[in-house]
Amino acid sequence: MSIAMATFHFDLVSPEKLAFSGEVDQVDIPGVEGDFGVLAGHAPVVATIRPGILTVTAAGSQQKIVVLGGLAEVSDKGLTVLADVATALPELDVASFAETISSMEAKLPEKVGDELDRAIERLDHYKSIQHQISTTAMH
Amino acid sequence: MASLKDMRVRIASTKATQKITKAMQMVAASKLRRAQMAAEAARPYAEKMDAVISNIASAAAGPGAPVLLAGTGSDQVHLFLVCTGERGLSGAFNSSIVRLARERALALMNQGKQVKFFCVGRKGYEQLRRNFDKQIIENVELRSVRQLGFVNAEDIAAKVIARFNAGEFDVCTLFYSRFKSVISQIPTAQQIIPLVVEAPAANAGPATSYEYEPEEDEILAGLLPRNLAVQIFRALLENNASFYGAQMSAMDNATRNAGDMIRKQTLIYNRTRQAMITKELIEIISGAEAI
Repeated sequence: MSIAMATFHFDLVSPEKLAFSGEVDQVDIPGVEGDFGVLAGHAPVVATIRPGILTVTAAGSQQKIVVLGGLAEVSDKGLTVLADVATALPELDVASFAETISSMEAKLPEKVGDELDRAIERLDHYKSIQHQISTTAMH
Repeated sequence: MASLKDMRVRIASTKATQKITKAMQMVAASKLRRAQMAAEAARPYAEKMDAVISNIASAAAGPGAPVLLAGTGSDQVHLFLVCTGERGLSGAFNSSIVRLARERALALMNQGKQVKFFCVGRKGYEQLRRNFDKQIIENVELRSVRQLGFVNAEDIAAKVIARFNAGEFDVCTLFYSRFKSVISQIPTAQQIIPLVVEAPAANAGPATSYEYEPEEDEILAGLLPRNLAVQIFRALLENNASFYGAQMSAMDNATRNAGDMIRKQTLIYNRTRQAMITKELIEIISGAEAI
């Protein structure tokens, strides 16, 4: 594409650090009610995020970041994502992630009612992240 | 009067103490730097969280607002979440937090209110136990935690919310020490349940009208417990930085005091030694004259 795309400001913050800050072309966010992409000039929106993989496109290259739930806010100042945990995909410890999943599975029988539903949903999200990691790692 | 040997031993022991306090001061200084960085790294998240919450909260206020925001409508039972350090040797750090909590508690109890305590950190628990043993409902120790993580704060927040939902208290206040500078840490009380939302500044212009996905109240319901954890996390990090700051200045004082003491002791030691030499000389001379 010869025309340069408009960029916007994107901050990714987790309680422990500022994980990403800079001008980007596009960010794809795993929302609770479905994935959505944010481009410059997006309408103001506040959306909850499910555990999943967030894709940042900046200067022609893509960066994938694993976020475990949080909140996204688009305003005229740009996009802010408040992530519970944010880890860049190459830095993710696959072994400990698998361990988290198996410990979540082990805890399932203790839960009842709404809590059980939520735990199962969360577990599904985690598993789909794991699936995506293992398939993208092949190439 | 102490013999010269006793004095030498005392001086040596004071010197050993000085070495220890000096080492502790330097360790505290390097840990302080890391704690300060952690506190700063957590700031953007907390600020953004505040901004988003006050945005949504002003829209969702009114009847039907979540209880974490609106409160139970009563202020009869108070929960004090008192965060202190796990260790001492840090000057007045722990006791100034406890003192603030104790004063507030006594004031409330005089008004006929009920106060319960939730202690985070061993030192605060030990001090509060003396006055309010029966009122301490929970005690969390973070002694085994090497690096404070958000999970620690989440655990505490989950416990607080569980007790709130069980109707054990109406108002929750967080006590910690705000890190202002190395020499100044301010014990602070902050009400976290019901949440105090700052009104958006009047000159900020019209608030952006957001689309919400899912609905506002649903987002808010998920966000409020998170915010509680964030506030606690921030308090823990501030506390951590304050602790090392307080320890650093306490140990700096201790090192200086030890230096003064060594100087005084050495002076007395030298005087005594000279007096003894003079005495011996007099004895020898008068002995020689007698012959």
